[in-house]
Amino acid sequence: MTKTCCQNNATDEKYQKLNKVIEEYKEKPGGLIPVLHQAQLIFGYLPKDVQIKVAEGLDLPLSEVFGVVTFYSFFSLKPRGKYTIGICLGTACYVKGAAEIVEALEKELGIKVGDSTEDGLFSLMVTRCVGACGLAPVLTIGEDVYGRLTPEMIPNILERYQ
Amino acid sequence: METFRFQVLICGGAGCISSGCKAVLTKFRSELKAHNLEDEVNVVETGCIGTCDLGPVIVIYPEGVFYQKVSVDDVKEIIEEHIIKGKLVERLHYQHPAFNEKVPLYNDIEFFKRQKRIALRNVGLIDPQVIEEYIAKGGYSSLGKILSKYTPEQVIEELKKSGLRGRGGAGFPTGLKWEFARKAPGDIKYVVCNADEGDPGAFMDRSVLEGDPHSVIEAMTIGAYAIGAHQGYVYVRAEYPLAVERLSLAIEKAREFGMLGDNILASGFSFDLEIRVGAGAFVCGEETALIASIEGKRGEPRPKPPFPAVHGLWGKPTLINNVETFANIPAIFQKGIEWFTKIGTEKSKGTKVFALAGKVHNTGLVEVPMGTTLREIIFDLGGGIPKGKRFKAAQTGGPSGGCLTEKDLDLPMDYESLIAAGSMMGSGGLIVMDEDNCMVDVARFFLEFTQDESCGKCTPCRIGTKRMLEILTRITRGEGKEEDIDLLEELANSIKSTALCGLGQSAPNPVLSTIKNFRDEYLAHIRDKECPAKVCQALLKYNISSEACKGCGLCARNCPEKAISGEAKKPYKIDQSLCVKCGKCLEKCPFNAIYLK
Ligand SMILES: Cc1cc2nc3c(=O)[nH]c(=O)nc-3n(C[C@H](O)[C@H](O)[C@H](O)COP(=O)(O)O)c2cc1C
Ligand code: FES
Repeated sequence: MTKTCCQNNATDEKYQKLNKVIEEYKEKPGGLIPVLHQAQLIFGYLPKDVQIKVAEGLDLPLSEVFGVVTFYSFFSLKPRGKYTIGICLGTACYVKGAAEIVEALEKELGIKVGDSTEDGLFSLMVTRCVGACGLAPVLTIGEDVYGRLTPEMIPNILERYQ
Repeated sequence: METFRFQVLICGGAGCISSGCKAVLTKFRSELKAHNLEDEVNVVETGCIGTCDLGPVIVIYPEGVFYQKVSVDDVKEIIEEHIIKGKLVERLHYQHPAFNEKVPLYNDIEFFKRQKRIALRNVGLIDPQVIEEYIAKGGYSSLGKILSKYTPEQVIEELKKSGLRGRGGAGFPTGLKWEFARKAPGDIKYVVCNADEGDPGAFMDRSVLEGDPHSVIEAMTIGAYAIGAHQGYVYVRAEYPLAVERLSLAIEKAREFGMLGDNILASGFSFDLEIRVGAGAFVCGEETALIASIEGKRGEPRPKPPFPAVHGLWGKPTLINNVETFANIPAIFQKGIEWFTKIGTEKSKGTKVFALAGKVHNTGLVEVPMGTTLREIIFDLGGGIPKGKRFKAAQTGGPSGGCLTEKDLDLPMDYESLIAAGSMMGSGGLIVMDEDNCMVDVARFFLEFTQDESCGKCTPCRIGTKRMLEILTRITRGEGKEEDIDLLEELANSIKSTALCGLGQSAPNPVLSTIKNFRDEYLAHIRDKECPAKVCQALLKYNISSEACKGCGLCARNCPEKAISGEAKKPYKIDQSLCVKCGKCLEKCPFNAIYLK
């Protein structure tokens, strides 16, 4: 194992976890995407060093790993905030006014979709249907789902995470 | 099993979870304990009962009493009145929006009464986390029967006779697909379940996986036996963590019970399953892209043929079916093809689950016989359009489909009639729109979606949809030109005939269908610079409410174009010919007297 990556104990531990995941999937065909999922859980995002590690571990060209990471919207090259807000822009949510909710979120957080707040608390992402269409418009914060939204509800919801 | 006097089913579907059903469940358990009723009342957390807008919902058996919007504070009353005194809690009953009467029983509620549940037969009725409940409903009996009495050829023959067609989009005959995979040469074959559910607005597959995961496991095992596979994959979209959790648990339990793994039910046949989680790409619902994604690659589709049945996962013959398709199969073998073929229309047998969403009272999942009309679904089951608004259109087939309008209300919903009406069945998403939705904006929305999700491999889809989106955006901004409609149609037709996969080939459909049905609305945007539904921001006009305006003059002073005039203490007016819609006035008005219309 190379030790270029390990600046301190916390990252050390993360890389150890990653190695375990790689070991688990090494022999499984098509293991790259599951490994990237786990890696993103461990690191919060997929920086270059992590991608290099994954490429080495699974014996794949780095270009292929990068190609996969950038293809799928779930994988992030940038660090995300502590809470990721996913505002649904699926059809059901859109016809019930999700665009206004996006506006309210952008205004309240002072950021645009795709960005994170300066304090590192929130990232704002668009999702395409979380399968709670009956409650449209819908947003998710981590594992929590909020439905039947109106723009007025946004400040209250955000407050719970501050 | 123990016998309880009451069964309390609490919906644990996604909708009810976000309405707070978990707290209701906990409260039920603690209150029952406090009343010493734990041995008499069984509390079950089920999958989605279907009425997502009414959550949290509970159904109490033996009578089957339905309570809606149950809060933690209602629990005590339900226990003390209903369970102990046998008196129903009337205020929590359902009421059809068009009638005044309360309907206490589940079976009397139009929304449920009109349904015929095959794929959803157990969803909302059993605890998906307990395999015994699935078995008690006849689960795994089809698998047992098939492994001991049927040859693979007989399974395929029966399935062909049932007339079952794929529920994932194209409606391809399932038995025939199984036969292709069976006959394809090769020792190693795979079975794949498509649980990517990409249509934004459809959630039936989610509901099956969360509410009745064993039905999918059983069906995939039957499929594996029929085609001769020993390994299967379920590809679930990343947005469905609960589905992944429930399915993982179910797979574990099925292995424990000998329904999966080596030597299933002592038949000598072996098959196992693995879950693969997607990573947020719509195109991965397309079968060849999905296969690439399981292989760990970018989810780019490839041209067909060869079809996956011949050349699929890792180049091996692969049977790929949708969740709802699979969920039908154990029921067909359990109840027989004669029963199944009596349901539905001549060419579309059985039922279809629709995800009813948008501008309709009862949003949620409904499973109805093929051939049920749009009117029945929206007005009888769905309870019609809220707030007394008028029905305008319903989108089926998601971003690949088209819209149905008032003239299509009596259309029997089956594969062929939907195509004939210029739409398609798709996965069953049914989004209802009312007079407040702008169809040009909706077309733009769908194109923005497909544009965003285009994988970029082929030029017509990558560049063609972008040009179309630009034109539509221009129209919604009031910058459309007279020839834009023709241009859109021309582009649409050439993308349809040249794109590589179904995503590109169907991306122009919503545009063509809205042009066909709502040409006037396009023209209003282009010629009159007006959005009849008052949605397109750039086409709205600023107005001053004469009631709210106190005549302070702040707006006039801030207007850079001097478009506002008036006398102090009297309502001001905006000269529309001078207004440049900068929005300054609206921002400055202390009385909220300025509105867009
Ligand atoms: C762009 C695109 C997206 C698709 N998305 C899905 C999907 O999310 N779920 C699904 O079951 N089928 C989807 N399909 C259809 C699949 O390619 C395939 O036809 C289906 O999984 C076959 O199963 P069935 O015969 O049981 O319907 C999609 C097709 C296209 C072209
Ligand atoms: S469209 Fe938003 S949850 Fe389905």
